Amino acid sequence: MHNMGTVQRREVPFHPRRQLSDDALWRLFIFPTLALLIAMNIFPLFYSLYLSFTDYSAIARKPPVWVGLQNYRSILNDKQLWVYFATTGRYALFSVTLEMVIGFGLAMLLRERFKGSGVITTLILIPMMLSPVVVGLFWKLIYNPSFGIFNYLLGFSDPSKAPDWLANPKLALWAVVIVDVWMWSPFVMLLCLSGLNAIPEYLYEAAVIDRASPWFQFWRITLPQVAPLLLIAVLFRTIEAFKAFDLVMGLTGGGPGDATELIAVNLYRQAFLGQWRTGRSSALAYIILVIIIGVSNVYIRYLNKLRGEG
Amino acid sequence: MGKGGTGRPASIVYAVRVDKIGRRAQLIRVIRAFLAVVIALIFLIPVFWMGTTAFKSRADVVSVPPKIFFKPTLEGFVNLLTERSVLTQALLEAARQRTDLKWYERIALNQGQEIMGLSEYVHRLRNSLIVATGSTVAAVTLGLLAGYAFSRFNVPGKADLLFFILSTRMLPAVVVTIPIFLMYRALGLHDTHLGLILLYTVFNLSLSVWLLKGFIDEIPREYEEAALVDGYTRFQAFRKVVLPQALTGIATTTVFCLIFAWNEYAFALMLTTEKARTAPPSIPAVLGRGGIEWAAIAAGSLGFLIPVMIVTFALRRYLLRGVTFGAIRQ
Repeated sequence: MHNMGTVQRREVPFHPRRQLSDDALWRLFIFPTLALLIAMNIFPLFYSLYLSFTDYSAIARKPPVWVGLQNYRSILNDKQLWVYFATTGRYALFSVTLEMVIGFGLAMLLRERFKGSGVITTLILIPMMLSPVVVGLFWKLIYNPSFGIFNYLLGFSDPSKAPDWLANPKLALWAVVIVDVWMWSPFVMLLCLSGLNAIPEYLYEAAVIDRASPWFQFWRITLPQVAPLLLIAVLFRTIEAFKAFDLVMGLTGGGPGDATELIAVNLYRQAFLGQWRTGRSSALAYIILVIIIGVSNVYIRYLNKLRGEG
Repeated sequence: MGKGGTGRPASIVYAVRVDKIGRRAQLIRVIRAFLAVVIALIFLIPVFWMGTTAFKSRADVVSVPPKIFFKPTLEGFVNLLTERSVLTQALLEAARQRTDLKWYERIALNQGQEIMGLSEYVHRLRNSLIVATGSTVAAVTLGLLAGYAFSRFNVPGKADLLFFILSTRMLPAVVVTIPIFLMYRALGLHDTHLGLILLYTVFNLSLSVWLLKGFIDEIPREYEEAALVDGYTRFQAFRKVVLPQALTGIATTTVFCLIFAWNEYAFALMLTTEKARTAPPSIPAVLGRGGIEWAAIAAGSLGFLIPVMIVTFALRRYLLRGVTFGAIRQ
């Protein structure tokens, strides 16, 4: 743009036009990002809110007709949908709890560095870098009742007596939970590790001088200090559980029957497969959004309380 | 520790006690390390299993009990990457007479088939590559510019703008997919590379802006000010001083954007059909087709996973930092 010769002018400390060009510059730098975000977020958000009050179907060749609250009423009265919500809730509860325990435990193990601990930490992180749908798919092979490795490692040497995790309605949700825990415990571990590393050493030194037991140190120093990060992990994972889609699609597709039909999977089915009930599924999407915002707010309030005390 | 052996009984007792505690601490450390290694191995079993399955022959994949040791073959990869047709007995005999067969053609021939050409997987991997690269470049470039502006200038309403940018990521994809689907259909962006690139760019932007702003915040302003005094323009100072300093941050952000775009499934499933379909939504589709070729599926998953694994491992230091960093800031 400019002639590089201008660089030589050392004696110009103040540009009268710099303020103006700075203003132009940040506008130029920020504008594309904001324009893109607004175009791709605001419009869809309001449009789907509008659609949720209509009977629109994306494959019918007729314009949306306003039906008021009918979609919301029919969803809230649909017993089957509540079953899917309950399944999603159970899935979130089981997987998030297990992820917290395993992730935190792993972080405690890897907290003090030893030879090769860096490599081990990285290796444990591999699952969370993978594509959930690929993960779902190859776990299908691992769960296979006759030649999968999972039952074999659990000690079922006779395939005919081994459980078929993905075909048994009682086990299928657990099968999905196990994979989710495998994939996301590393994420919790990572958060906990950063929390553990941030605990000031003098707290422990003071505790040692006071002859506090390791147990006491754990409950009174370690856990409270990591709690905010644990809560962030719970928040992230719970939100993700309510949106869970790709892992389940790869692993079970919602089956057997509707044993693993999570709410996001059902939403996809209503919106795109066979039914194409665009208006109604927009309403369902909004209900899910409200639930996620509600849950997040409870967590964030609690988190702020924790931070205020800490 | 027990350094001074003065011979006084009290200090000997003390030294022995310290030694005992030291040995116990040592033992705990060893147990800890051992447990960590065992758990890491458990975490790696599925990855290992997929990696080995990709190299198994049909018989070895379905052997009971599962085989850990086997004779590796590239059958799975050949089946994955090529389209084949079944040969009649006469044609098969004729093909067997030929001497100029390549090794992969021989594998197909052993199954009574002939290679017709490259399979859809190749096409979809190419789509994945285009979409992931395009959206990552766009997200990191835009994020860098916006991050720099937010870090260095008095943008009015900065806090609100930053929160708005972050909030776009909080929205569940399920809420926006339907209107985006309709919008894309109306604009002709359905089933195009550009459509997916735009969408992934938008999705990654919040993270990209926040991460890069954080990294640029840490670069001292004095560097640029010195450059400005030397007569550089703002833009030159940005390009020649800030950019090289921000390389670590750019690398971290790139990895995160790339991993997301490479792995994304839901949008790709709903917004593409044939032309621009990426690999993730087509992988489960393979399962539906008649007999399950596990070796080919494992090979496909492995091929899809290896780039991410390499990137992850190469940039692990930055990655660990970036993850915790983003999480704490949010």
